[in-house]
Amino acid sequence: MAKMTMVQALNLAMQQEMEKDDRVIIMGEDVAVDGGVFRVTDKLITQFGEERVIDTPLAESGIIGTAIGMAAYGLHPILEIQFSGFSYYIFHQLEAHASRLRHRSRGRFHVPLVVRAPYGGGVRALEHHSESREIYYAHTPGVKMVIPSGPRNARALLISAIRDPDPVVFFEPKALYRAFREEVPEEEEVMEIGVPQKVREGSDVTIISYGAMMPVTLEAVEELQESDQVDAEVFDLLTISPFDDTAIAESVQKTGRAVIVHEAPRSFGPAAEIIARLIEKSFYYLEAPIERVTGYDIVYPLFARENAYMPDVERVKQAVRKTLAV
Amino acid sequence: MPRKEIELPYRTEYLSILDEKGNVDAELEPSLSDELLLKLHRAMLSGRRFDERMLNLQRQGRIGTFPPIKGQEASQLGAVATLEKEDWMTVAFRETLAEIWRGKPMESFILYYGGFDEGSLVQEGRNDFPISIAVGSQMLHAVGIGMAMKYRKHPQVAMTFFGDGATSEGDFHEALNFAGVFQAPVIFICQNNQWAISIPRAKQTNALTLAQKALAHGMPGIQVDGNDILAVYTAAKEAVDRARSGGGPTLIECYTYRLSLHTTADDPTKYRNEEEVKKWEAKDPISRFQVYLSNKSLLTDEGIAALEEEIATEIQTVVDLAEKQMKNPDPVEMFDHIFAEMPPSLKLQKDEVIRNLSLAKKEANNG
Repeated sequence: MAKMTMVQALNLAMQQEMEKDDRVIIMGEDVAVDGGVFRVTDKLITQFGEERVIDTPLAESGIIGTAIGMAAYGLHPILEIQFSGFSYYIFHQLEAHASRLRHRSRGRFHVPLVVRAPYGGGVRALEHHSESREIYYAHTPGVKMVIPSGPRNARALLISAIRDPDPVVFFEPKALYRAFREEVPEEEEVMEIGVPQKVREGSDVTIISYGAMMPVTLEAVEELQESDQVDAEVFDLLTISPFDDTAIAESVQKTGRAVIVHEAPRSFGPAAEIIARLIEKSFYYLEAPIERVTGYDIVYPLFARENAYMPDVERVKQAVRKTLAV
Repeated sequence: MPRKEIELPYRTEYLSILDEKGNVDAELEPSLSDELLLKLHRAMLSGRRFDERMLNLQRQGRIGTFPPIKGQEASQLGAVATLEKEDWMTVAFRETLAEIWRGKPMESFILYYGGFDEGSLVQEGRNDFPISIAVGSQMLHAVGIGMAMKYRKHPQVAMTFFGDGATSEGDFHEALNFAGVFQAPVIFICQNNQWAISIPRAKQTNALTLAQKALAHGMPGIQVDGNDILAVYTAAKEAVDRARSGGGPTLIECYTYRLSLHTTADDPTKYRNEEEVKKWEAKDPISRFQVYLSNKSLLTDEGIAALEEEIATEIQTVVDLAEKQMKNPDPVEMFDHIFAEMPPSLKLQKDEVIRNLSLAKKEANNG
């Protein structure tokens, strides 16, 4: 096992899948010669050539529109959209066609493509480079929305996404691209899409988060254990949609308390759906109102104020304490 | 430091072979077999009659909204007649005849416009996408298909259809641009029928032709008389041959006219005058082709009359077949084909519908 950053782990996933399966190709802006602006596709052109690692014109709708044709023809394209803030150009093609072609052709065609895009804040970036708008994609029937939180699960989930017969939007937490290293096994490892992972066993409160908020959540949990002797159970959602809520509902039935943490805006955000499901399945077990720690319903501020926007350890601790105080 | 004209590698041509009176330019006339000519004629006539019948079905409330093709038969047929079965096609929604020629069953249209998702089933062996109602979005798919063909070194080509309105969409330009950059084997067929609902062609673009838009994307573009099936066929054949032999994409503007409605929900008297329609009726693609075939001694009035009868019987059979399938849809089937495997969250919703249906059934039985 080698210690890798998320960037290296994602690169490994693509490299291994491309080696095994000549249907897999990569396309996007600056993905070939430059290796992507974050270097996630670095050197793949050297191994696979420009037929399979394709530098495209600067046109996101063109990238996904052509990828839909390729996917229906039998290829498995991986698209890189340089920043999720520019993914709205793909939205029409994703909604009108990628998500519907299976249904519209009554199962004759399907669209196995992956849209990779870095998302999220905390990296002192320009406007449009810090948003967390996974809910647009999560709300689209026929699309899977996946967000990894570390090198190992990023690698395993990306392999699953590439092999998935349906379109997957794969948001990568750019704040974690090189934030830490993890052991990533050389041999193939996959993870089932749609299943949240329990990452910490506990009994006092259930905390659900994902993506770049996972390290924040886990840090808060460690501190609360230390200072308040709180024993929290923690879930990494990993798939925003569609996800199986069985395990988190059972957890809340055990703990009676829940806190959800995400950097996406609050209203109609992922937490709203998670809370609705917990109310449906675990209402009679709840000891306190469910808390959510989220971004706000505002334009993401430029970086002088972004720390005030982003959920942090302190806000997570406050929310947990609030729910435990009832 | 001169100031001089830049030589572009392509010119924009106009092509007409069979005029509106049925006179043919012998030098340009393609050599098509009698068998193919008669097959094309039959298809055009059948397409026209089917269109008329669909309009009737809609007016009688037996199907929903539907976009007629009347007047555009040559534009569609001349283009697809140049394709091989293994080629691929992506269409907008006014290509009914092109789709029928390519093997889509006629009853599918009645089912689809009658509100049954089953009507857009793409049968095994057919390589054509179902219709795309979102204007201008389907050309990119053909380009991707063409890129995949090239990657796989397959000898096929992809053809895509769209209207004059679609050329104002960004995706049109992205599609031409990608096709040019990657030299994809794609044939872009623009059915310029002069109207995008109420917006005339002159208000879509200040450009003199739509064909010239090919030049900006580094590919040949040609404008043809879209009511002249010989011209459409000739231009499409050149383009298909070029694409198949690695010569890249072509844009063909078929200059035609929508003689009927945008859809059955549309009233064109609000935005265009009857004289214009009359002028175009005189340019009908079918009547001129019939004169051409008569002059070649391939067709007689009696022959046409017999054909009309045959077609009417066929269409009636299709209508009966479709309407038999249009009864009692199972609501639960709306959950099919969303994902390859139904996720648990969706299964719950499907179960909810099944429960409600059986509850409603029980109540009905008790009542």
